[in-house]
Amino acid sequence: MEILVASAIGILTAGGLYLVMRLRTFPVILGVSLLTYAVNVFLFASGRLTIGAPPILTDATTYTDPLPQALVLTAIVISFGMTAVVVMIALGAYLGTDDDHIDDAPGRGEDVV
Amino acid sequence: MTHWLIMPVVLPALLAPFLILAARYHMGIQRVFSVAGVMAMIALALGLFVKTMDGTVMLYQLGDWAAPFGIVLVGDRLSTMMLLLMAVLALFVLLYSIASKWDDRGRHFHVLFQFQLMGIAGAFLTGDLFNLFVFFEVLLIASYGLMIHAGGNTRLRAGVQYVLFNLLGSTLFLFALGALYAETGTLNMADLAVRVQMISVDASVGIRVAAVLLILVFAIKAALVPLHFWLPSSYAEAPAPVAALFAIMTKVGAYAIIRVYTLIFPVDLEVTAGLHGTWLLPVAMVSLVVGAVGVLASKKLDRLVAFAVISSMGMVMVAIGMFTEESIASALYYIVHSTLSAAALFLIVDLIRQSRGHLELRTDAPITSAALVAGMFMVAAIAIAGLPPLSGFVGKLMVMNAAFDDGLAVWVWSVILFSSLITIVGFSRAGSVIFWKAQSDGAPVPEAGRSVPAPLSFVAVGGLLALLVAHTVFAGRVYEFTTLTAAQLINPEDYSSTVLETPGKLDDAKAEDH
Repeated sequence: MEILVASAIGILTAGGLYLVMRLRTFPVILGVSLLTYAVNVFLFASGRLTIGAPPILTDATTYTDPLPQALVLTAIVISFGMTAVVVMIALGAYLGTDDDHIDDAPGRGEDVV
Repeated sequence: MTHWLIMPVVLPALLAPFLILAARYHMGIQRVFSVAGVMAMIALALGLFVKTMDGTVMLYQLGDWAAPFGIVLVGDRLSTMMLLLMAVLALFVLLYSIASKWDDRGRHFHVLFQFQLMGIAGAFLTGDLFNLFVFFEVLLIASYGLMIHAGGNTRLRAGVQYVLFNLLGSTLFLFALGALYAETGTLNMADLAVRVQMISVDASVGIRVAAVLLILVFAIKAALVPLHFWLPSSYAEAPAPVAALFAIMTKVGAYAIIRVYTLIFPVDLEVTAGLHGTWLLPVAMVSLVVGAVGVLASKKLDRLVAFAVISSMGMVMVAIGMFTEESIASALYYIVHSTLSAAALFLIVDLIRQSRGHLELRTDAPITSAALVAGMFMVAAIAIAGLPPLSGFVGKLMVMNAAFDDGLAVWVWSVILFSSLITIVGFSRAGSVIFWKAQSDGAPVPEAGRSVPAPLSFVAVGGLLALLVAHTVFAGRVYEFTTLTAAQLINPEDYSSTVLETPGKLDDAKAEDH
C-alpha cells in the first residue's frame, strides 16, 4: 500500500508541475488543483498509514492518527476556496484582455481596442 | 489567563462581518468603523507591547487546552513589536486610502482591509505552525481581493500571477508541514523545537527536507531572489494604499524565518547545519544586488519602488542570515525602517500618479504641489537608499557592524555598499527626471486629468515620514530594545517553558506522554 500511495502522490505532483509550466490559465489552474490533491494525500500519509483502525483512542491497541485528517480537511477547504477565487480572477483577466497567458511578454496585457 | 492576546485577531474578525452586513452601502460608516477599529488595534498592540517589554512571554491557550495538544497564541517581544508596527502602518495607510478615495473605487475595501489585518496579526501571534499556514491563507485571501481592488485589465492580469504564485507557495507550505509532522509528530513550535533536538544526525533526511521546504515558503513571502518574481508586477499594479500595506506582508516572511530558524532550527542544530550560513546569507546578498539593479533599470516609478522593496528585503535577510544576537537586533531595526519607508514611497508614488496620470520616467509637465511632493520623495528616497541622516543609514551601519565577525564580512560590506550606491543613482535619476526636468521642459500644463491630492493624504504620508525621523532620532532606544528581543530569540528557553509547562486541560495525558 505504501508504494501505491507514494506513487500516487508522485504522479499527481509530476502531472501538476507539468501543467503549471504550460503558462496558460486553464492548464495552470488544473495543475494547481492536481498539486493540492497530491499534498492532501501526502498530509494524510504523514500520520502513517493504518488500515481498519478508529481515529480515536479506545481500548483497542491500534488507532489512526486523527490530526492529519483534520489538517487535510482544512487544506481541502482552503484550496477549494482559493481555486474558486483564482478561476474568477483569471476569467476576468481573460475576458478583459482576450489573452490567457500567465507570463508577461511585451505587448501582452494591453487593453483590447 | 488573560484574553487580551487573542483580541488583535478577534477584533478585525468581528468588525469585518459587521461592516459587510450592516454598513454595506454606507461608505461613511465603513470609514468611521474601519478607522476606529485600527485605532483600537493600535491600543491593543501598544498594551501587549508594553506588557511583553520586560521579557514576559504571554500565552493564550484556545479553549484552555494545554500545548502541544491545544492551539496556542504566544506574545513575546518580537511578535508584539511586529503587531504594533502593523497597526501603526495600517492607520496611515487607511487614512491615505480614505483621503485619496481609493476605498470608494471598488467594493468592500474596508472589509478586506480588516481581514488582512486579522491574518497578519494572527501570523505574528500564533505558536503553531499549522495555524501559521491558516493565517497565511487568511491574509492571502484578503490580499487577493485588495490586490484587484478597483479592477482594470492590467491589475487583473497581475492579480492572476500573484494568486497563482501564492497558491503554489501554499502547496509547498503544506508539503513542508506534512514532512515535519511525519518526522516529529507535532506542529506546535515549542514542542517541535524539543523534538527536533532528539533527531539523530544519521536519520536527518526527512527533517532536512522539511526545513528547506519551509525556508523556501518563507522566502517566497519575503521575496528573496530567485523567488521574488511575483513581487514587482503585483506591488506595482496593486492600488497604492494596498501596496503600502503589502510592505508589512514581506516582513511576515522575514518574521517567520526569524521565528522558525531561531526557535526550531537554530544555527547550532546539527541536523540542519549549513542552511543558514551557506544558503540564506549568499541568497540574501544576491537579492540585495538584484533589487538595486532593478531600481536602476526600471522604466516606471512604481516598478522602481517595488525593486527597492526587494533590495530592502535582501538587506533584512542579510542581517537575519548571520544569525547572531547583534545581527538579528539590527535586522529588527531595519525591518521597522524598511516597512515605513517602503509604505511612504508607495503612497508618494500615488501622489505623483494623481497629477501626472502616468508613472513613466520621462519628462512631462510639472506636477501639482510639486515642491511638497518632491520634498517628501527626497526624504523617503534618502531613507530607503540608506543615505545619512535617516534610519536607513543607521540600519545599514548596524548590519555592517554586526557583520564584522562573520566569515563573509568582506562580501557583506562590499555588497551593501555597492547596492546602496546603485540604489542612490536609481532614485536620484528618477527624482530628477520627474521633478527637475519637468521645470525645464516648458510643456504646457494639461488641465484635464489634473487633481490636487486631498490634504489628508499629505498628512498620512507625512505621518509615515515623521515616524521614520523618530525611528532615526530614537535609534539608540530602539536598538536597545531590539537587542533585548534578539537575546530572547537566541535563548528561547522562556518561550518553550511558557508554552509547554503552562497547565491546561489534558495535563494528565501529557504527563503520561512524556
